[in-house]
Amino acid sequence: MLQIDNLHATVADKPILNGLTLQVNAGEVHAIMGPNGAGKSTLAYTLGGRPGYEVTDGSVTLNGQDLLALDPHERAAAGLFLGFQYPVEIPGVSNVQFLREALNSQRRARGEAPLTGGEFLKLAREKAALLKLDMDMLKRQVNVGFSGGEKKRAEMVQMGILDPAVAILDETDSGLDIDALRVVGDGINAIMRRPDKAVVLITHYQRLLDYVRPDFVHILSKGRIIKTGGPELALELEEHGYEAVAA
Amino acid sequence: MTLDMPTQHDEEWRYADIASLAGVALDNWTDITVAAGEEHRQCLLLEAAAPEVLRLRVNVEQGARCAIFAVNAASDYARLEVEVVLGQGAHFELGGVTIGGGDATREIVTRVRHAGQGSTSHQVVRSVHWAQATGNFLGRIEVAREGQQADAAQDFKGLLLTRGASANARPELEIFADDVKCAHGASIGQLDESARFYMAARGISPEAAKALLVQAFIADALAALDDEAEHERLLGVALASLEGAAL
Repeated sequence: MLQIDNLHATVADKPILNGLTLQVNAGEVHAIMGPNGAGKSTLAYTLGGRPGYEVTDGSVTLNGQDLLALDPHERAAAGLFLGFQYPVEIPGVSNVQFLREALNSQRRARGEAPLTGGEFLKLAREKAALLKLDMDMLKRQVNVGFSGGEKKRAEMVQMGILDPAVAILDETDSGLDIDALRVVGDGINAIMRRPDKAVVLITHYQRLLDYVRPDFVHILSKGRIIKTGGPELALELEEHGYEAVAA
Repeated sequence: MTLDMPTQHDEEWRYADIASLAGVALDNWTDITVAAGEEHRQCLLLEAAAPEVLRLRVNVEQGARCAIFAVNAASDYARLEVEVVLGQGAHFELGGVTIGGGDATREIVTRVRHAGQGSTSHQVVRSVHWAQATGNFLGRIEVAREGQQADAAQDFKGLLLTRGASANARPELEIFADDVKCAHGASIGQLDESARFYMAARGISPEAAKALLVQAFIADALAALDDEAEHERLLGVALASLEGAAL
């Protein structure tokens, strides 16, 4: 489904990703763990197409389509969802307006009919209930005044509404207390644990993996995947630290 | 009566497009009196394709309220000038937007005189320009000796969408009373890059993202306009000028 081959990327001319290869099949959950500065967030932003993240070599395809040839908004329409470590506040734009515009832009790009206001609200209400997010929150401005937990919950509601094929979730667990972690974990399972979808969880810690059990755990170091294993690898990391396990 | 042509040396015309003034009637003042206790609201659109100077002289008597909402989206030089005298306990509200591209200068100039005790004024101006266009706001607040307990607020924000566009803000206070509140703020910036990428990552095209962000930016200026139809009309004119703009 998502095929990353020998990906090299630079930020401000500094090489961060140095030949990263990863194959993610439909129905799989992959966790990417690694120390600070390993290139975890760079991987997420590079896949999302953020300006300033230059691909210098390698390829990425999503369902056979060359992802790197697409603009960021086209990547989203092609089925990629990027969960942000720090969701951005957009004063003056309501979540409802933002998400309806996003969903209908994607639908138009795929040649589908846009949803009416009523159809969209019904969908939003359903997904908000799934993530235990108050519908009133969706009427508020995008992420403005949201707590860390609310922002991540709102991200999951966005994911539920946009219904992507592949989600790259960049430290979705950061800033969450235990209750919020469970809600977000349940949300990822409910929305993305399906035979036709895949998830790449980028995380520092093993605790989110208690709720979302990965099929594969990869250790990222200096811009490459240096070790791959099952869920036990995450526990090993938690116990012994990156240095010992990666050695 | 003949009027002297203003020059760039006149403070109030300092940023104006003087060359465009030839042949423009400068003495077309409109006088408005809002009688004691009355309310007056006026919505103005400047959308002419030829240079235009619109001048209002408003006398707001004791306890009366005057609200002016204006969108200056002209394709040539256009200036809205409002001179206000506030009686005891009177209120003046201004919501102004200047928006557009090309090489036009669009400006709003106000002089608000708090002549009576306890009078209040609230001015919000938003300026959005691109290409070689210029947006100006010159706002003068005077509090007379008799204007004790005056409360005046003035807020200007400029948004420059492309290199080459400019905005000028000149707040000016002249206060002769000692028990007054006068607040003013002015800032000029660009679209938030992180918000633009966040929108793109959710599938919103760069054009739609820009329109949403501009709409959010100018919303403050029209926030006090509670007539929904008028609100839509003014917002519509402001946003229409964005459509088809080469940004």
